[in-house]
Amino acid sequence: MIAGLYIDGQSALHRAAAGAKILAMVALGTGVFLIPDWPVVGFVLATVLLLYPVSGLGPRIMWTQIKPILWLLVIFFAVQLWLNDWQAGMLVVTRIAAIVMFASLVTLTTKTSDLLASLERAMQPLRPIGVNPEKVSLAISMVLRFIPVISTVASEIRDAQRARGLDRSIVAMVVPLIIRTLKMADDVADAIDARSFD
Amino acid sequence: MKTKDIVYVALFAALTAVLGLFPPITLPVTGVPVTAQSLGPMLAGAILGARRGGLSIVLFLVLVAVGLPLLSGGRGGFGVMIGVTGGFMFGWAISAFVIGLLIEKFWNRLNVLNAALSIAFGGIVVLYAIGNAWVAVVAEISYWQATVGAAPFLIGDAIKVAIATAACLAVRRAYPLISKAG
Repeated sequence: MIAGLYIDGQSALHRAAAGAKILAMVALGTGVFLIPDWPVVGFVLATVLLLYPVSGLGPRIMWTQIKPILWLLVIFFAVQLWLNDWQAGMLVVTRIAAIVMFASLVTLTTKTSDLLASLERAMQPLRPIGVNPEKVSLAISMVLRFIPVISTVASEIRDAQRARGLDRSIVAMVVPLIIRTLKMADDVADAIDARSFD
Repeated sequence: MKTKDIVYVALFAALTAVLGLFPPITLPVTGVPVTAQSLGPMLAGAILGARRGGLSIVLFLVLVAVGLPLLSGGRGGFGVMIGVTGGFMFGWAISAFVIGLLIEKFWNRLNVLNAALSIAFGGIVVLYAIGNAWVAVVAEISYWQATVGAAPFLIGDAIKVAIATAACLAVRRAYPLISKAG
């Protein structure tokens, strides 16, 4: 089973309802785009950063969240510096950092299962337009079940193609992988139908 | 949706996740990393068609959003979904849908040329139109500047269009799934 990005804890943020945290994330994301002054957005960012230690998340975890986009932030700052001034650069950088850090905070403090449960609840009103929450749940559990299976198939194919000297050809890797996935899908569908799902 | 369609949707979402496990290849000269994962939307659209292909990428993105580290490099969560490259994430689903639509349209007379053009249109033109617009808004730069910034990634995408085209045509012969439309 794939482990989620959730980090266990007992803080107020951990205990808050998943739906509320998502709404807060949407509100913050919209809010920082409406504020045109970087010191205000900077204050929002500082508050978000303060929520990390409050929720029991250390500096190493904070660094992991911002590291993948750091180079983009540097480029965006440089571009703004070149086109406008350093204040414009600060606004762009603090804004992106605030959104990403808060969104990551929601991910880190909310169990994947809680998010999936609120997703299922949120889908209920969509029934009349043809969305079937049970089928979505079935599909979600199937993805989780089949990632390790397809991953095993992929390494089998890699070994087989290496024996043929084809291990550097991506097409020789991808085509059998797709066909074996599709064959697997037929068997799985038969198995589900045999158990009268639907 | 029939059970079989749900299974196809789920298995292609899983396949897209598995493609993210392959180590990225760094292109010579430019140093741009190319991941196999963005093949996922192209393959989903080209092999499952518009509806199932688009939905399988939506399903994949839902699982990324709820906090599973399925993106290449083990990333996931809301941060990547609404961050700088968020447009490319949402664009993947639309890209798969558009590719599927075009492949369905050309299905009865599909050849290397129209398959490659369909995949390139959906997988590059549509995807970057959405992704660059998002970057332009977030970084407060013009659309044109965002497009120039994204240019180095096009080499990797051209390679992926070639791979997806070859795969689409091979799978069409061996295991056709899109029913004959127009």
